[in-house]
Amino acid sequence: MTPFNYERASDISEAVGKPQFIAGGTNLLDLMKLGVETPDRITDITRLDMKNIEDHEGGLRIGALVSNSDLAADMRVRQTYPVLSRALLSGASGQLRNMATTGGNLLQRTRCYYFQDKSSPCNKREPGSGCSAIGGVTRLHAILGASEHCIATHPSDMAVAMQALDALVEVEGKDGSRRIALSDFYRLPEDRPDRETVLEYGELITAVVLPPAPTGKQTYRKVRDRASYAFALVSVAGIVSMQDGKIAQVALAFGGVAPRPWRDLEFEAALVGRAPTRETFDAATDILLRDASGQGGNDFKIPLLRRTLRAVLTELCEE
Amino acid sequence: MNLHHKMDEADRRNRLDDMAQGVLSTPMDRPEGPLKVSGTATYAHEAQPEGMLHGVFVRAPRLGRVVEKDDAAAREMAGVEAIISGDRLLRNPAQGTANEAPIQGATEVHYVGQPVALVVADTFETARAAAQSISFEIADADRAPTDPRNYDSPEDEQSSMGDLEKAMKEAAISIDQTYTTPSHNSAAMEPHASIAHWDGEKLTLRGSYQMLKYNRNELADALGVDPENVRIVAPYVGGGFGSKLGIAPEAVAAALAAKETGRPVGVAMTRQQVFESTMRRSETKQRIRLAADANGRLSGIGHDAWVSNLPDEDYFEPVTQATPFTYRGENRMIGTHVTRVSRTCAGSVRAPGEAVGVTCFEIAMDELANAAGIDPVELRRRNIAEQDPTGDQPYSSNKLDATLTSGAAAFGWDNSCPAPSSRREGEWLIGQGMASAVRVNTLMGSKARVTLDPDGTATVETDMTDIGTGTYAILTQLTAEMLGLKPSAVEVRLGDTDHPPGAGSGGSWGAASAGSSVFLACQSLRGHIAKALGTDEKDLTLKDGQAIADNRSVPLSEILDAPLESIGEIEPGDTGDDVRQATWGAYFSEVAVNAVTGETRVRRMHGTFAAGRILNPKTARSQCLGGMTFGIGMALTEELMHDPRDGRIVNRDFAEYHLPVNADVPQLTVELLEERDPWANPMQAKGIGELGICGAAAAILNGIYNATGVRVRDLPATLDKVLAGLDD
Amino acid sequence: MKTTLTINGNTHALDIDPRTTLLDALRNHLDLTGSKKGCDHGQCGACTVIADGRRINSCLTLACMMDGVEITTVEGLGKPGDLSPLQDAFVRHDGFQCGYCTPGQICSATAMLEEARAGWPSAVTDNLEGETVSLGNGEISERMSGNLCRCAAYPNIVDAIREVSERKEVAE
Repeated sequence: MTPFNYERASDISEAVGKPQFIAGGTNLLDLMKLGVETPDRITDITRLDMKNIEDHEGGLRIGALVSNSDLAADMRVRQTYPVLSRALLSGASGQLRNMATTGGNLLQRTRCYYFQDKSSPCNKREPGSGCSAIGGVTRLHAILGASEHCIATHPSDMAVAMQALDALVEVEGKDGSRRIALSDFYRLPEDRPDRETVLEYGELITAVVLPPAPTGKQTYRKVRDRASYAFALVSVAGIVSMQDGKIAQVALAFGGVAPRPWRDLEFEAALVGRAPTRETFDAATDILLRDASGQGGNDFKIPLLRRTLRAVLTELCEE
Repeated sequence: MNLHHKMDEADRRNRLDDMAQGVLSTPMDRPEGPLKVSGTATYAHEAQPEGMLHGVFVRAPRLGRVVEKDDAAAREMAGVEAIISGDRLLRNPAQGTANEAPIQGATEVHYVGQPVALVVADTFETARAAAQSISFEIADADRAPTDPRNYDSPEDEQSSMGDLEKAMKEAAISIDQTYTTPSHNSAAMEPHASIAHWDGEKLTLRGSYQMLKYNRNELADALGVDPENVRIVAPYVGGGFGSKLGIAPEAVAAALAAKETGRPVGVAMTRQQVFESTMRRSETKQRIRLAADANGRLSGIGHDAWVSNLPDEDYFEPVTQATPFTYRGENRMIGTHVTRVSRTCAGSVRAPGEAVGVTCFEIAMDELANAAGIDPVELRRRNIAEQDPTGDQPYSSNKLDATLTSGAAAFGWDNSCPAPSSRREGEWLIGQGMASAVRVNTLMGSKARVTLDPDGTATVETDMTDIGTGTYAILTQLTAEMLGLKPSAVEVRLGDTDHPPGAGSGGSWGAASAGSSVFLACQSLRGHIAKALGTDEKDLTLKDGQAIADNRSVPLSEILDAPLESIGEIEPGDTGDDVRQATWGAYFSEVAVNAVTGETRVRRMHGTFAAGRILNPKTARSQCLGGMTFGIGMALTEELMHDPRDGRIVNRDFAEYHLPVNADVPQLTVELLEERDPWANPMQAKGIGELGICGAAAAILNGIYNATGVRVRDLPATLDKVLAGLDD
Repeated sequence: MKTTLTINGNTHALDIDPRTTLLDALRNHLDLTGSKKGCDHGQCGACTVIADGRRINSCLTLACMMDGVEITTVEGLGKPGDLSPLQDAFVRHDGFQCGYCTPGQICSATAMLEEARAGWPSAVTDNLEGETVSLGNGEISERMSGNLCRCAAYPNIVDAIREVSERKEVAE
């Protein structure tokens, strides 16, 4: 861990424009110890007033510093956005959820083994150095949205649920505040995997806004290598409403399979208006997976996603 | 007034059964428990001396030969006191009982992550930053490259009997399958750590080690000093499981740094370094052949194992160790083949040999049972041998039948050969699986001093360790039992080479060996008391601080006018060769496999074990829980993943090396059968620390087969491997 | 830099490198070595302490960020001769072997019981909307899965926690 200047911001305007914020610290310190992150200045934002969950425009406005555990336990979230509670509770451990924040969770870095090993070339860590994962161990890696420069996945569960809920990210910058749809928030790696979001230098996430809850059933299903305390191999956040025996509305987002929480509107459109049959599910899933490709060690994620999705849809479409 | 005993003959006196205090073999709580639960038991990197410097290792980033080191930035950092490298750093830890230094030198990089320098600074933060700032120029090595496909078959590791090929051809039912297990890490919760402090020529090392009498010699040899000048202290060890058998790089580096700086130096490995630069269990490939008649009776057994290690390491995973004597069958071919790789050193991980060898063998036995249509419990029972089929030795005891029978009843085993995929609850496919457990039993030389004070208290001193195994508890109980004292009147002092050298913790021999030395010391004290009372030791009863003989009851304080001291020493003898000594057991599991995702959950698991006299059923049970949970990890989650290009371990942390977490482990049940094995030692007790893992994973894998019809032969049975065989 | 920590009710003024984690401050500067370093990356739970009533990984927080926060370590829960109910139950149920993960397990369990009393659901809670939680073996196991134990005393840990949890329920 390289030396840094530590400072604490007392209000949001003081924080904005700083190069590196720290809140829960559960991912930043992890990476600083490995020498992967090397900020020379960090700004502690934990004392800022961003810890409330407020009713807002028929939905909720979640302060960026709301902890994962407080968010998961909030009765409004449990009742109205159970997919989000479930996603949060399936992530990390009780201890980590107490420290990890809403804003920080969105900005988690990948768990790619080679990204975390400073001695391995990595385009995300050092653009242009190469991707060690390609040709290496790829169990954790992406089947969708990857590039020849990076095949890492985004590790968050929370963001997958928020993606299905059409969340908006509220950020404060030098030029004021703006709202970014979560679906526009993350970049695909292409040739610059180091640029993970559309945030500008010094912009601070202040809140996440959830629109009014969609109608229908919600669920979050996470598949992983042990019963608890492991990152997703595949996860599905699903919201489905039915009408007259047909699928009326769907929102489905996927974790563990892509560089960002994955959502595919064309795939969703292929479900709407149809009867919930295996044929419907499989035909739509063919669209979802039209560009899917494995690296060898993660090939299994393609059938795993197909099967898990089918089970989730079957459950959600039951009237 | 010492007592030495060599184990040349069976000891059928069962003297412990004559004792009267009634504390041995009771489920006494660990005496050090209150210290451990309150955070006041001190482990290696604790009780830091005033002025201690912190050392942090620099890892080799690639294979080859260090040509140049750029440490200018590190040297400029305020607080950096020294950078240690050179010929004395260890390439890798010593193997268990090596008693000499392992290969040394930090120039030739044989595996990624090899420690190539130690940075010493006034704070941990500075040392870590300085270590991370150092870069290396590493050229391709001029030594021969390792070739993982090139196996050597050492002559004395190949054995055969009869004609296996013929037996296979003539068999009514035969199995010929190949199984693989990946590299494993012991993953003790306390990372390797040492604090070294020199006082003139005398070195004191506070470390986290399992076998101090060997470690002292290994450390002295590595440093080039007289072992007499080395003291190692390890009162509490945060788990070992084989990884702390031999001296490791941090101990030597700490000692070198303390010498160079003239100050105490502490080095705690990071978790990543523990994964990369201590020990792994070798990956194995195992071809198992079974030839049987229509009734499942074995006529032939073949077991070939392919394992790996670094160049110039003598150790290899003894995969087939239990194969020669577990089951009947007159035609045999057993062999081990070793290759050299550029991977982290291979060494002991809990139950070297049987942990993976018995596991794969027991999967093969399940395949045989299925092929023959015989209940797998019954199949094993039919194949219990009368005596060791290869060595012509009688068994000291063979409790396989008893553990199979008792375990099946305790578990509620369905012996009707339920078909695979025949039970489903919603998304979950339910199955049952079982396996036998077997582990060799060993006695090692061990010494202990017991001092009895006139005030009716006793002190036990030995350099034996307690790595969580319950040594403090059982030696307290044993001494209290032999001397007729309350356990609270006994103090056990362990983990200090200033005490008489014990057996050390490893190979499941700790309790039986160290216990025997304490038994002998106590026996000699009893002899002295008996003599003072004018009676014979065997007519003496010691209870509650009173000596009772010939209708007299005298307080010990009246007999002793000064502390009475004795050193007991056990020495292994002919009973190690005259009979085949082993511990036995059986596992039963109920697993649920998700038909959608291939995820497996162990719903229930039971183990019945026989290991001679059980000294403390509470701590013995905990050892079995631990072993069985290692088995759950081996079956389902644990795998060190090596990069295919340079062999580096990519999942070198607890986020991605998946130890079972609490939610992976159901409320396991354990049954311990009471037994006396006279050939083992004067206590008739045998080792139990490793028995619980020796085949445990097979019970789960066999359960997965019964649940799904999918036979996973490549461990662990992660969901992708199960999924591949499930209906879409 | 200068910072003030409040640990087990005592105030400590420290002048430390800002890079110092709370765990390293406890172990290397305050001689409070009950909190253990098992991985230093929030992946094992051995360093668990209680901060303002909540369990956290002390290895993943900077000491200088913790001023004004009431920290409780295992040393603050009880001592030999005066053990907390959970500490005592761990001893009787053999909820440990080597003891290295134990302080973290006990701090974690202490705060976890409060989370359950507050009605927090877990990943295995069927009814997310319930106001109360019943701590059966499955709930305890899931909630304690952030604390690894390689000796694998898990069944005994679950028994110890369930005993204390049930006793608390009866007392209420």
